[in-house]
Amino acid sequence: MSQATESDVRKDGIIESVSGPVVAARDLDARMNDVVYVGSEGLMGEVIEIEGNVTTIQVYEETSGVSPGEPVEGTGAPLSVDLGPGMLDAIYDGVQRPLDVLEEKMGSAYLDRGVDAPGIDLEKTWAFEPEVEEGDSVEPGDIVGIVPETPSIDHKVMVPPGSEGGEVTAIESGNFTVEETVVELDSGEEIRMRQEWPVRQQRPSVDKETPTEPLISGQRVLDGLFPIAKGGTAAIPGPFGSGKTVTQHQLAKWADADIVVYVGCGERGNEMTEVIEDFPELEDPITGNALMDRTCLIANTSNMPVAARESCVYTGITIAEYFRDMGYDVALMADSTSRWAEAMREISSRLEEMPGEEGYPAYLSARLSAFYERAGYFTNINGTEGSVSVIGAVSPPGGDFSEPVTQNTLRIVKTFWALDADLAERRHFPSINWNESYSLYREQLDPWFVDNVRDDWPETRQWAIDTLDEEAELQEIVQLVGKDALPEDQQLTLEIARYLREAWLQQNAFHPTDTYCEPGKTYRIMDAIKTYNDEAFEALDAGVPVEELTDIDAAPRLNRIGVQEEYNEYIDELEDDIASELRELY
Amino acid sequence: MKEYQTITEISGPLVFVETDEPVGYDEIVEIEIGDGQTRRGQVLESASDYVAIQVFEGTEGIDRDASVRFLGETMKMPVTEDLLGRVMDGTGQPIDGGPEIVPDERQDIVGAAINPYSREYPEEFIQTGVSAIDGMNTLVRGQKLPIFSASGLPHNDLALQIARQASVPEEEEGSEEGSEFAVIFGAMGITAEEANEFMDDFERTGALERSVVFMNLADDPAVERTITPRLALTTAEYLAFEKDYHVLVILTDMTNYCEALREIGAAREEVPGRRGYPGYMYTDLAQLYERAGRIEGRDGSVTQIPILTMPGDDDTHPIPDLTGYITEGQIYIDRDLNSQGVQPPINVLPSLSRLMDDGIGEGLTRVDHADVKDQIFAAYAEGEDLRDLVNIVGREALSDLDNKYLDFADRFEDEFIDQGTQTNRDIDDTIELGWNLLSMLPKDALNRIDEELIEEHYREDGTTEEVAAD
Ligand SMILES: Nc1ncnc2c1ncn2[C@@H]1O[C@H](COP(=O)(O)OP(=O)(O)OP(=O)(O)O)[C@@H](O)[C@H]1O
Ligand SMILES: [Mg+2]
Repeated sequence: MSQATESDVRKDGIIESVSGPVVAARDLDARMNDVVYVGSEGLMGEVIEIEGNVTTIQVYEETSGVSPGEPVEGTGAPLSVDLGPGMLDAIYDGVQRPLDVLEEKMGSAYLDRGVDAPGIDLEKTWAFEPEVEEGDSVEPGDIVGIVPETPSIDHKVMVPPGSEGGEVTAIESGNFTVEETVVELDSGEEIRMRQEWPVRQQRPSVDKETPTEPLISGQRVLDGLFPIAKGGTAAIPGPFGSGKTVTQHQLAKWADADIVVYVGCGERGNEMTEVIEDFPELEDPITGNALMDRTCLIANTSNMPVAARESCVYTGITIAEYFRDMGYDVALMADSTSRWAEAMREISSRLEEMPGEEGYPAYLSARLSAFYERAGYFTNINGTEGSVSVIGAVSPPGGDFSEPVTQNTLRIVKTFWALDADLAERRHFPSINWNESYSLYREQLDPWFVDNVRDDWPETRQWAIDTLDEEAELQEIVQLVGKDALPEDQQLTLEIARYLREAWLQQNAFHPTDTYCEPGKTYRIMDAIKTYNDEAFEALDAGVPVEELTDIDAAPRLNRIGVQEEYNEYIDELEDDIASELRELY
Repeated sequence: MKEYQTITEISGPLVFVETDEPVGYDEIVEIEIGDGQTRRGQVLESASDYVAIQVFEGTEGIDRDASVRFLGETMKMPVTEDLLGRVMDGTGQPIDGGPEIVPDERQDIVGAAINPYSREYPEEFIQTGVSAIDGMNTLVRGQKLPIFSASGLPHNDLALQIARQASVPEEEEGSEEGSEFAVIFGAMGITAEEANEFMDDFERTGALERSVVFMNLADDPAVERTITPRLALTTAEYLAFEKDYHVLVILTDMTNYCEALREIGAAREEVPGRRGYPGYMYTDLAQLYERAGRIEGRDGSVTQIPILTMPGDDDTHPIPDLTGYITEGQIYIDRDLNSQGVQPPINVLPSLSRLMDDGIGEGLTRVDHADVKDQIFAAYAEGEDLRDLVNIVGREALSDLDNKYLDFADRFEDEFIDQGTQTNRDIDDTIELGWNLLSMLPKDALNRIDEELIEEHYREDGTTEEVAAD
């Protein structure tokens, strides 16, 4: 969290009442959304309502023991994050306090109160290489220098959006802390590596473009059937245990974004620990560097204060926008947006606001859309192009998608990955229901797949969709009369569809090879099944009984492609074997 | 310490008091009533001129003349290793007639959140000796794995079986050097009969010596139930992270705990969430369940097995639903299996252990464990589906393979699940039993298992290995 620096002197207030995370103070001179320090322990809070002389504050820390009469001190600044080198490979709480620094400062494994820490290390020095020269004129957003922040990422030092700009009069090169001046302008303005930005405000850009490139996830069902664009939005709703977090983790690991911001919002502590332990050891399939080098984690777990749960998604998206401004493709995962919505509901009910649907505040829908609107493929103010893709998990009560958070989210996002308890129960993973899910980006991304993977990608995919659709219809009949009552061609279709489900859609996140599937492999598995389909239907037409077609030795090998590293040779051979075994039958 | 005789309102479990001095939020309160009795409570809301107090032992007998003392601190639990072997009521007062407890420390019962950065990821396999758990939904140290049950089902038998049999295989051999094992039992609103069942078993097996028991019975005050699990978990954290014990916490019945929350919410006239439960119930439950885990650099661990009874057998009810969203999986007790006499009647399909994937495999359990488990799930699900169909079309209309899946499902329930409450199977036996069953299916139907493992373990001739059963 950003330490308010130029706080103008404002009048302190006195606590009037305390109820959980909500504190009311009187005589406090503060603006809406200002950060304040509450009570004698100085707990961090934010102004959320001003009514006459009474200011209501949501407190980001536990309020046990806080009592009326204690002071409240304003900072005169809204909730902001520190932006600059040092955010990658970091783990923050919901208001950008680094959890490793907190552990050290508190000297305990438990989170204590009233301890603050800057979001980026103010003492560490970074190697700054200038990108401008004396006499150059610069404007807000312009890149003035580069810091190799991690082996994967060059951090671009930019003129802050609020700057006047001007001519460069002095420029440094070498090792500096984030607070030292690296560039001076003729206006007298000094530019440092660190900037601040209020989290509830979108960072400026020039234009939002239509996204045309997929965010490749390495997950067959996503890339193959329901792709998300770079700069796109997606929702993953599903009941507990259906695979939201594993899907989000898979995206955080394998998506071909430059930067990943992972927001654990009101979920389990161990899931964050898992990321902290795993990511430094995993390799980015594109750069070969440790995945942690491109990752920023925000962890506000379910047992941490509820107000910080409300703010953590904003902290995350602001950091994402900052990297976008450098021209990077950023992917943000929020697990789970329902916990964020519930935090809003809890605070709202303590404010005794008029509740809307199911107790959620009437502004739920507005907040959700404002958040997802911060995603997109942008032309930045410095002329670079960058994107923020947002993937939000939704945890509907009772797994019922008709509830307000799911419904309001679906009205905004363009990709819908519907998780299905039934599939999860039979351990079909990822348990994304192929009949219910959709991606509105599919057509606009097709040209990319045609150019970069295979020219008949759209047609082959359509064949797969048709086959799965037909299976769904046939299954209804099978439930009534059994499979053997179907005509032979339909029995064959069922068998082909089964391979699509088991060999293609299913993917084991925990298998070292199967966990990531490049688009070329996604195509080839699908195409191998289609080869089997085409050859088998020809044989059927030639009069071979369906049992013989489905009984060939080669077919079950389709299920093993996922785990093959050298899949091209494996598939070549398999397709040959399938064809020759089938042709031998007639 | 100031005393007030300024009660303005008594409503359900709540008492409102006018004050002229600031009182801390969450602070502990003592209320003395006419006959010299004292009741304890906690500040739920603190304003400059009044406070709202939630009274743990109920408000009966309190009138406006009662005197109210604010103790100036939040609720604490006196902790010491000497608690092992002791039985207390739901507020932590000893009821076993034993000596007075001399605390080592007094710890806040609302535990601070563990810094996620300080956690250690749990991945040490706990062998419960129950195949449905060890084989299919493995428990690890530091996990929170609830039992989703319903009224009239034998969830207590399962909890007791786990408490009796739980062990960590390598440590068994290496005898006494590892950390010691302790059980904390937190009962909320259970019947005296159920309580006896637990106590008898603890006494019979000698487990009581390494247990700490907190008992809030059905006829004890409901509001007290909101502190019982916090006392239990505070004790657990102390034993685990300061005294290096591996602590297993059994909390039963979480449904009664949630009912108490609802009662307090209603008394405060809060805007209710789903089915009248408070909107903050998720957060409240998370503050209990997240107190399971391991901490980097400490030897002990807190493993939780909360038990809840699903009203109307409905797992979309807010209590199981919110629990499932917080815990690391769940074990379902199934009414149909129970009426078929399967013991323990665990339905493995909707059950889940999310920490299983990292806790099993080579060096932990067995290299073939994950594949065998995946294949059994797939085959059993297939067999389950076919049971519906077979009722309509008959077995003859099904293919050979389909008939095998049907037989598989039957034998899986009879041999794998139905082991009885007294059988303790080691993980090897469980996995071998899995291979016995999978060998009923043709080799190429085993598409979830690595081919080399099939070569090694598949029983070509359909022979089976002897495995313990009841
Ligand atoms: N792609 C996958 N491959 C293998 N296993 C998976 C996959 N996805 C999910 N699982 C299994 O399902 C379990 C539950 O998944 P996950 O934790 O992601 O659920 P969730 O939807 O996030 O639940 P909750 O809402 O309670 O957080 C995992 O622990 C894992 O065992
Ligand atoms: Mg999850």
